[in-house]
Amino acid sequence: MELKEKLISSFMAFEEQIDVTSQLHDVRTSAIKNFENKGFPTKKEEAWKYTSLNSILKNDYSVFPKHENAIEFAEVKKYFLHEIDTYKVIFVDGKFSSFLSATTHDGIDVCLMSSALTKPKYKMIIDEYFNKIASKDESLTSLNTAFANEGAYINIPKSKVVEKPIEIIYFSTGKEDALMVQPRNLVIVGENAHVQIIERHQSLNENPVLTNAVTEIFAQKRAIVDYYKIQNDLQSANLIDNTYISQKQESRVSVHTFSFGGNITRNNLNFYHFGERIDSTLKGITIIGDKQHVDHYTLVNHATPNCESHQNYKTILADNSTGVFNGKIFVEKEAQKTDAFQQNNNILIGDKATINAKPQLEIFADDVKCSHGCTIGQLDESAMFYMQQRGIPKKEAKALLMYAFSNEVIESIKIPELKQRITKIIAMKLGVNLGFDL
Amino acid sequence: MLSIKNLHASVEDKEILKGINLEIKAGEVHAIMGPNGAGKSTLSSIIAGNENYEVSEGEIFLEGEDISELAPEERAHKGVFLSFQYPVEIPGVSVTNFIKTAINEKRKANGQEEMPANEMLKLIREKSELLEMDRKFLSRSLNEGFSGGEKKRNEIFQMAMLEPKIAILDETDSGLDIDALRIVANGVNKLKNENNAVLVITHYQRLLDYIIPDFVHVLMDGKIVKSGGKELAYELEEKGYDWIKAELEV
Repeated sequence: MELKEKLISSFMAFEEQIDVTSQLHDVRTSAIKNFENKGFPTKKEEAWKYTSLNSILKNDYSVFPKHENAIEFAEVKKYFLHEIDTYKVIFVDGKFSSFLSATTHDGIDVCLMSSALTKPKYKMIIDEYFNKIASKDESLTSLNTAFANEGAYINIPKSKVVEKPIEIIYFSTGKEDALMVQPRNLVIVGENAHVQIIERHQSLNENPVLTNAVTEIFAQKRAIVDYYKIQNDLQSANLIDNTYISQKQESRVSVHTFSFGGNITRNNLNFYHFGERIDSTLKGITIIGDKQHVDHYTLVNHATPNCESHQNYKTILADNSTGVFNGKIFVEKEAQKTDAFQQNNNILIGDKATINAKPQLEIFADDVKCSHGCTIGQLDESAMFYMQQRGIPKKEAKALLMYAFSNEVIESIKIPELKQRITKIIAMKLGVNLGFDL
Repeated sequence: MLSIKNLHASVEDKEILKGINLEIKAGEVHAIMGPNGAGKSTLSSIIAGNENYEVSEGEIFLEGEDISELAPEERAHKGVFLSFQYPVEIPGVSVTNFIKTAINEKRKANGQEEMPANEMLKLIREKSELLEMDRKFLSRSLNEGFSGGEKKRNEIFQMAMLEPKIAILDETDSGLDIDALRIVANGVNKLKNENNAVLVITHYQRLLDYIIPDFVHVLMDGKIVKSGGKELAYELEEKGYDWIKAELEV
């Protein structure tokens, strides 16, 4: 059976097994209908021109894991930011792992989507926020909505500064031959509140995984949200990550996406503005090789005046890897004094690597500052020679240059331990030990 | 120390060096002067091993060992240092970390242990004082946002740290004000001893007031056309290069 048919027929069974309100039932039903109509996106669609899902849809994924799989903390410790204390919302094969998690209801809610969706005390919030900013049109988001049941639920009330970062990690054990998971996260950050979140998808063995994740983030007035996505998965893992962000007046939201692994990775990152003096930051570092594929598809929808957006994506592609950057900036007629900046720099190492880069600016206001820059190049040979002349061998010199190339983005990581971690992953990706923490 | 024999080199089929011969003994300072486009920077790049140039003929010896086929880093490990006319910026890598890496790579290549951290710090302090460098400077990203003078000073600082056998200064005086020039030259002079040698590549005589050469060579059209003592530099400064051209034509 084709995956699409399998999913549609699973839907009924899924709806029966969970307890949801009729309202939620309606949301799901219309979502599955939308998916049924549209199906998986194909390269015929402009938005998917450079990313084909064909090869990964062939696997016979189990949609509901047959049993609960446990893992030992020692096995997976390295995937955590273990140097510092964090809140943790951890899932194993799509199921919540209370053993690995450290949730809280003490002043803030860092817990489970499944309880938020079913417990009466969350009903008002779910009614107000769930599926409110996520697309009802995009088929993969609809697919996720139809099956939305588990994920992280984070609600930070007004003026609360969360003192430690929150880690959301989805592990797949590989105990299923092939697994499809559809995590759904909801993050609500109240007025003047501040939170830092790190999200990661990690498979633990080589069995294929397809993750179709949706995250909705609501930043209220003057809220500050720093969101980091670490994508350093195995070659057998595929990720479609859909993030929708709603920002109110004077809020500041930044999303950093570090794409170092996986087979096919597609990041749909969407920012929507509802208020003035909003600041949105989208940054990314992509370092891949072999036949890996990473696609960044970003949208910043400037709908209100006096807002800023800053985009900076650095990509290093080796071997036969392919990268896509499609950065759409939409400035509506009312959005005067918008300051939108987009930069995308790409380095190709190896003759067979490909990048498709497409800045897409649609501006309907007349008093705005929008700039974009896109470069595609090789490693600077004169810089290589300079370092080699100082006795630094080619491989290390290359690594230093690539590090320097990504530095602008690394520098803006606000959690020092995470910055160190990312630097280490980069050094590891580049295959060097430079003898000092960069 | 450095011996260049009949060196021919080209880039993209254009011959730039047309048979260079040069003998530099330990303890000596040589200067190569010449008009723009004579091949001065090409020569320094080739001695350092830049692979963008095709060496079609000739050899380069360092202390009797043919280094013509070695990679740039291998030459560096053996004691070749080139102070760049345009040093490269490396954001995110501090001056200190860069020189640490360079020193330890050299030691590794020469079968030595990494330099202990306290020894490294002491050396960095000592050499940065020699170049009158601010301590804050050392934690800045390499060459990023440095002024022309700071870049050159940093080059000589690295030279001081690496203690090369042959130091080639490629247009080190360009972009330097008089104070920076004095500091840089002073640094070079203090590092100069009986066991190393310096090759100064320059367009102008100015730097040679501070780093006094034992020999001056004139490079024109890919060849050394005239050699002499330090007085030759003054003559060139005064008369330009045309008289040499005229002399050659006769």
